[in-house]
Amino acid sequence: MALDQSFVGRSYPPIEPYEVGREKIREFAEAVGDPNPAYLDPAAARALGHADVIAPPTFVFAITFKAAEQVIQDPQLGLDYSRVVHGDQKFAYKRPVRAGDRLSVTSTIEGVKSLAGNDILDIRGEVHDAAGEHVVTAWTKLVSRAAQEA
Amino acid sequence: MTNSTKAPAYDDVEVGTELPAATFRVTRDTLVRYAGASGDFNPIHWNERFAKSVGLADVIAHGMFTMAEAIRVVTDWTGDPAAVVEYGVRFTRPVVVPDDDKGATIEVTAKVAVKLDDHLVRVDLTATSAGQKVLGMSRAVVRLT
Repeated sequence: MALDQSFVGRSYPPIEPYEVGREKIREFAEAVGDPNPAYLDPAAARALGHADVIAPPTFVFAITFKAAEQVIQDPQLGLDYSRVVHGDQKFAYKRPVRAGDRLSVTSTIEGVKSLAGNDILDIRGEVHDAAGEHVVTAWTKLVSRAAQEA
Repeated sequence: MTNSTKAPAYDDVEVGTELPAATFRVTRDTLVRYAGASGDFNPIHWNERFAKSVGLADVIAHGMFTMAEAIRVVTDWTGDPAAVVEYGVRFTRPVVVPDDDKGATIEVTAKVAVKLDDHLVRVDLTATSAGQKVLGMSRAVVRLT
């Protein structure tokens, strides 16, 4: 069944702030095999003008996707998550995420479409730090594939 | 190492300037590590039995893992990863990761597609695995000095 268009524009309350830790950034950088010292060494990060180690560009997805669970699991929206694939992902950064940040995410449904039986859901996550400053915006497109009628 | 390379200057790059290409290996071990680091424990990324039960050929890499690898071509080029001010991709095809020591490889090339104002350039990325394009519309906006 197609998703309800009236959900477009709906925002969800911000999640509990996520505290970005140096060791979590290190773990992520190691998982993607990236030795860039800006992720690992506070002195190297400071030499580039950052207050502490910074996170790789896609790190913040773990936080915004967790926030998007509110949308995905909203029983009123009724998305069939077992059929969902990740279609597109985009980030626009005001500044890099860095160790010590306490980040909150506000998720908004930007689009609801039905194409050839597939439900397409666009979610925007606005990420702010503890001072309320904008850090990054993440756009996530999820596609719930049409159920195959037997 | 990335910090020994000098970041390119805006005036020195032209439309068509190619960034150094890179090849990234991904094995089952990589996927387990990435699942832990990212918090994405979807079993299609580590459980062959489950992956096949939902119609996949085998375990596939996280799309976000592929996205993370591809941008390394840009962050290695700039040195400072904060130079990336925008980054977006479309996930066109999964990277299938066999259960062996070789795993799969992701090949990434990138070039400057547009010079924008304010020392910004748009870099277009191409990521392939087993000869197939795995990311589409893969673009980064990068601030140069």
